[in-house]
Amino acid sequence: MPRFLSMVRIDENEMAGAEFPDEFNDRMGKLLEEITKAGVMLDTAGLMPTSQATRVTWSGGKVSYTDGPFTETKEVVGGYAMMQCKDMAEAVEWARRFVEVHPAEWSVTCEVREIQAG
Amino acid sequence: MAVTAAGAQKTAETVEAVFRIESARIIAGVTRVVRDVGIAEEIAQDALVAALEQWPESGVPDRPGAWLMATAKHRAIDLVRRRETYARKLAEVGRTLEDAPPPEEPAGPDDIDDDLLRLIFTACHPVLSTDARIALTLRLLGGLTTEEIARAFLAAEPTVAQRIVRAKRGLARAGVAFEVPYGADRAERLGSVLEVIYLVFNEGYAATAGDDLVRPALCEDALRLARVLQGLMPAEPEVHGLAALLEFQASRIPARTGPGGEPVLLADQNRSRWNGLLMRRGVEALHRAGGGPYGPYTLQAAIAACHARAGRYEDTDWATIAALYAQLARLTPSPVVELNRAVALSMAEGPSAGLALVDALRDEPALKDYHLLPSVRGDLLARLGRHEEACDEFERAAGMTRNARERELLLDRADRARAGRP
Repeated sequence: MPRFLSMVRIDENEMAGAEFPDEFNDRMGKLLEEITKAGVMLDTAGLMPTSQATRVTWSGGKVSYTDGPFTETKEVVGGYAMMQCKDMAEAVEWARRFVEVHPAEWSVTCEVREIQAG
Repeated sequence: MAVTAAGAQKTAETVEAVFRIESARIIAGVTRVVRDVGIAEEIAQDALVAALEQWPESGVPDRPGAWLMATAKHRAIDLVRRRETYARKLAEVGRTLEDAPPPEEPAGPDDIDDDLLRLIFTACHPVLSTDARIALTLRLLGGLTTEEIARAFLAAEPTVAQRIVRAKRGLARAGVAFEVPYGADRAERLGSVLEVIYLVFNEGYAATAGDDLVRPALCEDALRLARVLQGLMPAEPEVHGLAALLEFQASRIPARTGPGGEPVLLADQNRSRWNGLLMRRGVEALHRAGGGPYGPYTLQAAIAACHARAGRYEDTDWATIAALYAQLARLTPSPVVELNRAVALSMAEGPSAGLALVDALRDEPALKDYHLLPSVRGDLLARLGRHEEACDEFERAAGMTRNARERELLLDRADRARAGRP
């Protein structure tokens, strides 16, 4: 049973002033519990905003550091879920349920990638 | 709107994925209405067929799981009503039929969990043989096809199909109630559930026959069941203990076989290949099992945790492991536990201490065909420099194992013992 990493991409500018409605937290909590109870969720977490991030880059044989926020990309990874599913279709179905609990006016993208075995 | 071939394919994949995710819950919910897992499974399949027919036209509904459940429940209630009508007609002509339960209202999430738990306890009911319990649990709760189960257990598909049919009939014949046991027999019934999951995992972890040493897919199916059970029975320490044990064992799978598929002994495993995430999950599950007194699965998980904590084989805390095996031997006395205790003791106190225990097991009828007895004895003798005897023991063990990979390893050890090398 392969493992999948679902990277949750969000638009940080959009999220900056966003309200988190109570029922959103409830719905999300219930869904995460459901995915866990299905024996699928191995690990999940949200990430701190890129304003608190640092990029460490290796290029041309030199290391450089870039502090956030990373405004040049519209969408940044804001969280992740690691799931163990029978196949990609199952992982995608859980990702669909995950994006659907978000308010309609937000844009959220789950990039679902299979993790290399071994 | 025309449905494109690619779209139809995508929809079919979605339907199947949704069904796999939901099927155990649908079967459980329907069983509560019709009181028969065999009929419930057929009704669930009907709902799947209905989805495959309708969704490519109508699109996937917003809550596909709820759609499948409602469709299946609807059919179940129809069936029960038809039965009631039939019963009334029979009564009119002076016969009786068993009381059919009244159709029930749609269930909330807690009810669904409860139904799922009932289904697990029903599939693992002690009236069924162990093989039947395993097949039925994988079919109804693991969502495996009969073909997948047959492949996993190296059995013929018709044999497994037959086994599942007989198991469903056996449950109906024995009048097994669709319930979670809450009485004197609860512990024993839970033991039966845990044992089924453990046996499935073990068949994948130490394949008893065939050419592959490990069949990870089976381990993963068992692990998923253990995790599901953790969600359903969070207050049962042994449920967490079993999950912890399986997480730890699964974390070692990548290191247990070499590049050619040959087995790699614990001492020689590259520990950087142990899966850190699964080890952490094991630690967490062991923590959730509480402070004791430990049941047998939790004890085994605690032993596995000792191995996980050792960064190198030399760092293993064998004294603690030997003490845990001694506890396990008091709780569930068995020659196999004693053999493991001998190994731990030989590592903690030296090969002679282990050999004394192993020699006491030599006439144990339960170990008559157990290749690990001569294999362990060979190892202890080799460590004591008694190479001739060690060689004999390895050869005896090689003749006893049904696993081709293991046989190669044992014959290699026999050769090395003959040459007087470790």
